[in-house]
Amino acid sequence: MHAMRALTTIAVTLALGTTACSVGGPTGDTSGSGGKTVVVATHDSWAMSKKVLKEFTAKTGYTVKIEPNGDAGQLTNKLVLTKGSPIADMTYGVDNTFASRAVDEGVLADYTPKGLPASASAYALKDPTDAKQLTPVDYGDVCVNIDDTWFQQHRLTPPRTLDDLTKPVYKNLFVTPGASSSSPGLAFLLTTIAKYGNGWQAYWSRLMGNGAKVTSGWSDAYEVDFTGGGGHGDRPIVLSYSSSPPFTIPKGASKPTTSALLDTCFRQVEYAGVLKGAKNPAGAKAFIDFMTQKSFQQALPDNMYVYPVDHRVALPADWARYAKTAPRPFTVPPAEIAKNRSTWLSQWSDITTR
Amino acid sequence: MTGRVRSGVGIAALAALPLAFLGVFFVLPLVGMVARGFVTDGHLDVGAVLEVLARPRVHRVLWFTLWSATAATVCTVLLGLPVAHVLYRVRFPGRGLLRAFVLMPFVMPTVVVGVAFRTLLASSGPLGGLGLDGSPVAIVAAMVFFNLAVVVRTVGSAWAGLDRRREEAAAALGATPLQVLRTVTLPALLPGVVSAASVVFLFCATAFGVVLTLGGLRYATVETEIYLLTTQLLDLQGAAALSILQLVVVTLLLYGAQRTRSGREHALARTAEREASRGPGRGDLAPVAVTVVALAFVAAPLVTLVLRSLRVGDGWGLGHYEDLATTGAGGALLVPASTALANSWRVAVDATLLALLLGVLVSAVVSRRPRPPAQRHAVAVLDSVFMLPLGVSAVTIGFGFLVTLDRPPLDLRASPVLVPIAQAMVALPLVVRTLAPVLRSVDPRQHQAAASLGASPLRSALTVDLPILWRPLLAATGFAFAVSLGEFGATSFLARPDRPTLPVVIYQLISRPGEANLGMAFAASVVLGLLTVGVMALVERLRLGSVGTF
Repeated sequence: MHAMRALTTIAVTLALGTTACSVGGPTGDTSGSGGKTVVVATHDSWAMSKKVLKEFTAKTGYTVKIEPNGDAGQLTNKLVLTKGSPIADMTYGVDNTFASRAVDEGVLADYTPKGLPASASAYALKDPTDAKQLTPVDYGDVCVNIDDTWFQQHRLTPPRTLDDLTKPVYKNLFVTPGASSSSPGLAFLLTTIAKYGNGWQAYWSRLMGNGAKVTSGWSDAYEVDFTGGGGHGDRPIVLSYSSSPPFTIPKGASKPTTSALLDTCFRQVEYAGVLKGAKNPAGAKAFIDFMTQKSFQQALPDNMYVYPVDHRVALPADWARYAKTAPRPFTVPPAEIAKNRSTWLSQWSDITTR
Repeated sequence: MTGRVRSGVGIAALAALPLAFLGVFFVLPLVGMVARGFVTDGHLDVGAVLEVLARPRVHRVLWFTLWSATAATVCTVLLGLPVAHVLYRVRFPGRGLLRAFVLMPFVMPTVVVGVAFRTLLASSGPLGGLGLDGSPVAIVAAMVFFNLAVVVRTVGSAWAGLDRRREEAAAALGATPLQVLRTVTLPALLPGVVSAASVVFLFCATAFGVVLTLGGLRYATVETEIYLLTTQLLDLQGAAALSILQLVVVTLLLYGAQRTRSGREHALARTAEREASRGPGRGDLAPVAVTVVALAFVAAPLVTLVLRSLRVGDGWGLGHYEDLATTGAGGALLVPASTALANSWRVAVDATLLALLLGVLVSAVVSRRPRPPAQRHAVAVLDSVFMLPLGVSAVTIGFGFLVTLDRPPLDLRASPVLVPIAQAMVALPLVVRTLAPVLRSVDPRQHQAAASLGASPLRSALTVDLPILWRPLLAATGFAFAVSLGEFGATSFLARPDRPTLPVVIYQLISRPGEANLGMAFAASVVLGLLTVGVMALVERLRLGSVGTF
């Protein structure tokens, strides 16, 4: 018995001893930026295949170091707070809802990549000062999604427009992440502001009156409440992305069970820019160049579920068929958003939380 | 006079290292971030910050914070005491495993538990009929779920060594079981209960993910408000005002808790656990019943998690567990989940060692009873100071790290040491709260006796304190390890992207589309929980083994 205990103790001590020291591991790299490393401050949704990043290193000699910093809002605010002592050489992931803040606070340096694809100009920021600092890399449409299977089973015509969502036939069927805690949620609020102007508050009152449900995040809405998500919930209408349907193609089938309503979409564009005071501005510029080139652009849909700004790049087959983008998406000028964000959000909170 | 100076120097020497840590990794970032809110265009603007406190919304938010945290704390204590009794005073087979199981919720990532709770409570779920989805009841229930372990373990480890003879004497003198409980047992446990309750309150008052997920954004707490103001609106004035408010409330609370505890902590007669716990008797029926209910309550969301982790497509299988060796569907992760698990383990070891080192030092200081009133007061203040990190917003501290630790000699923003340090700061109060009540209950005459026999202070600590401290020390180790494994708030701010911990990876997975990533998130959560239970069960084994050596 005593021998057993002694053995257990020794085993535990050894296990602790050999696995200790998270600090000095073999991959310990505290070199930071400067030299041959480009540090990229981005959002948590960053994903890119190793192959593509290796190609960049082979081409330019720079190694990319990714620093995720929360969602687009957190990322922007961190950049603002660390102005003068930047946390990275460049940023990627500031979107059109936060672009004005980043530019106005002066955290970015001017840079426009060489050989920007012609189609990218459609996504550039309208203000010339803003456009000089932020380069569009990709875009995505935040749209209302529906569970087609559910509507077939219930012999109900699915909704098509924002107005439809307030009709009594669709009572208690819609779930959306909240604008104050989720970026797609904010995008949906902006959709309604773009569509209804000053009448947006009245629209939201009707929407809430029709039993719309607000959750804190996208995963909560899609994976718990949505009938077409992993949680088999009881709401067949959800706010998600135009790129969501291909993920609902059942095994062995070829058609998704859900679709996006393309008349309800808000366009989010994501930008890259060099940070003022970067230790490695040359490397940052090289990576922004690379982000607008073919191999990176082509890898965007599979890795980050967004669309490349270079229209010459072919989309994956499922996307080309089932993840079409909105022909006429809604937008709100970034300067407007910057000016009214807190007012809109508090008005929105008042309506949705009474 | 020299004695007074010597005891003062002793306290200062022991407290120096923990205080330095607290200064650099808590006070500095907090002050740095709050200062940003007070300064507008280069000059101090206190008025603007105070104006924020007059907003009606702030009053509403403060009220809900206090209300929900108080309700959750009361429920956790009421539920936790019977469970502590059954798991630490009654002997039965499988007890060690149950003790470990109770700790499982403590390490569960909030986002996953949020989804698990909502799967149960949503109108489509098995408990949908209760209509609790999005209600304050759901928020409070989740808080109880997460914090039950704090009460069970803190109170339990104090209870385990409590000498039964005083209770038996009272019973022999004709006291009913309820009278024994009220007049003998509870007064002896009170310091431990107050300790646990204050930790639970702080955890609840700063809960963030739970409030957002389960309240469906309808309810705001001071913490969610700070998050919103800092990360979305960049309203630093508002955030600073709320951080100050949080600090004031927490300080008041800790002061009150300190006053309640002090004066009630006496030297207690202790025995080995073997003698203190016995087989179940008739009087244990009620606590056993409560324990069964409590365990069912803890198990329900966990079972939901396990079921969803095993659901592959329309069938069942281990596919999601096999996927843990990969980087997820569509390369959702930078490293495979299994690598993140290894990172979590290494970080947890470092954080635990650090928390124990600092925790023992702090406990040694705060359990002293110096004669001079000034020193006594200083000790009381120190006791509460080390609890503060639990009560202050992780968002404020996280952003504070960014704006203050950015230049030599503290250029640590990109350093991997921040993760274990931050986790140790969170674990430290739990370690202190587990050790200090036990140390305080040591009869000072034992030290005096040791000293009169010529023992040095170190020797006296080793022969008097260590045998008593050994059990709580193991409990604290397990706690610190669990805190570190499950910590998400600070870690998500600080973890290096190329070496994330498992909770960070789980969060990344759950925010990605695709059933495979969601399933992986659930599988990873189950693995995290099982790992914790495994480690805790091992600690329990060691603990039993050690009793015989004294």
